[in-house]
Amino acid sequence: MEDRSELNRNLAQMLKGGVIMDVTTPEQARIAEKAGACAVMALERIPADIRAAGGVSRMSDPAMIRGIQDAVSIPVMAKCRIGHIAEARILEAIEIDYIDESEVLSPADDVYHIDKRAFSVPFVCGARDLGEALRRIEEGASMIRTKGEPGTGDVVQAVRHMRKIQAEIRAVASLAEDELYEKAKQLGVPVAQLQYVHREGKLPVVNFAAGGVATPADAALMMILGAEGVFVGSGIFKSGDPAKRAAAIVQAVTNWQDAKLIAKLSENLGEAMVGINANEISLIMEQRGI
Amino acid sequence: MQKKRVGVLAVQGAFIEHEQAFERAGFEAVEIRQAADLDQHFDVLVFPGGESTVQRLLLNELGLVAPLWALIDAGIPVFATCAGLILLANEVDGECNPLGRLDISVKRNAYGRQLGSFSVTGPFAGRENVRMTFIRAPGIVRVGLGVEVLSTHQGQATGVRQGNIVGLAWHPELNEGETLLPDLMRNCAGHR
Repeated sequence: MEDRSELNRNLAQMLKGGVIMDVTTPEQARIAEKAGACAVMALERIPADIRAAGGVSRMSDPAMIRGIQDAVSIPVMAKCRIGHIAEARILEAIEIDYIDESEVLSPADDVYHIDKRAFSVPFVCGARDLGEALRRIEEGASMIRTKGEPGTGDVVQAVRHMRKIQAEIRAVASLAEDELYEKAKQLGVPVAQLQYVHREGKLPVVNFAAGGVATPADAALMMILGAEGVFVGSGIFKSGDPAKRAAAIVQAVTNWQDAKLIAKLSENLGEAMVGINANEISLIMEQRGI
Repeated sequence: MQKKRVGVLAVQGAFIEHEQAFERAGFEAVEIRQAADLDQHFDVLVFPGGESTVQRLLLNELGLVAPLWALIDAGIPVFATCAGLILLANEVDGECNPLGRLDISVKRNAYGRQLGSFSVTGPFAGRENVRMTFIRAPGIVRVGLGVEVLSTHQGQATGVRQGNIVGLAWHPELNEGETLLPDLMRNCAGHR
């Protein structure tokens, strides 16, 4: 009777229309919750700092994650390295609400992703196109987000990935049924997943935007392009007034169609994250785990 | 005949699922995202699931509390699930909720984190074998005298009705929304 994968997809449905914020301390988690985050992502360093520090980045200290779990009542997510089965099991053992098998951390396995169907706890994974998204879903991901280029404050990659996924979904929806077999071969995905997209005109799971979102306008842009919600990583706690910016982004996601309101929300937010252009960096995280 | 119009609070959460369930049953669904959206007639109000902390905050910031609660107090049929149930409970986690309109006490995340989410089949308001999905659900730990219990799990109430308001801790919109929700609201309208 009990279908974990169904229940896990359902939790993602409850997060829709919301903002998931990266936090590194219980204090930040409380600020995020108070500002209206629908979930927080607990991690040791936000992507911008991971970029600056270099070296290998890993799953966070479970004690730190527990501290955040105790600090807030909203769902708590945490990242494990791509393919790191043991890190994922640890996160499941401490009853995390969602695991992000994330390209932001250094990949542990450069060939295989985690078999996410072997877990009871839900997973979210990054994707740049429909093929990646459906491969992750086939492996058991119950939520998808664009990869974007994390830690840059540059939204261009998230836009590219969201546009690409949406365009590919429209293209698949317009195919004849007997053309799906060849398309599945081209994309490297199971036919059954593609048949769902063909029939429903959407991914089988909820799809959020992530990577480089720094302003209320960035968040609204991603909603205009078809995101069902937004992850904000470095954009909040690398800015001048995190609480105010976070609250403004939350409202912008709810009322993304109302430009007048977003204009007001964008006033006097203080210093935005400085950011780096995605084409000025040498470490390209989006190419990890495809 | 003019379609009945359902206003679905659409500030955050699974509001689209409710809209689709009502639309398939022949209702017209309208999203309520800001106060201006309330300048029209509604036959039913829906408070969907999501994160109650987020929804409460947005209701306040967007100036939706006064107009929405005026409708509730005027007796419009209201359906609330999960986060919506929390918004309308008189007592939440031991604290009095000034927006409460259901004489119940709820405990948030009563069944634990996501690993505690579950689905069961059981009787609900005179029906048998209704599938009930609980996602990080609140528990109803006290039920007031004038409150009718519609469903239970392990002896605890999971669905209630008081006057014009039906509140559930579980999510009919995920499984049986198409028939259950409209039926519920027709019942509810009879209570006006």
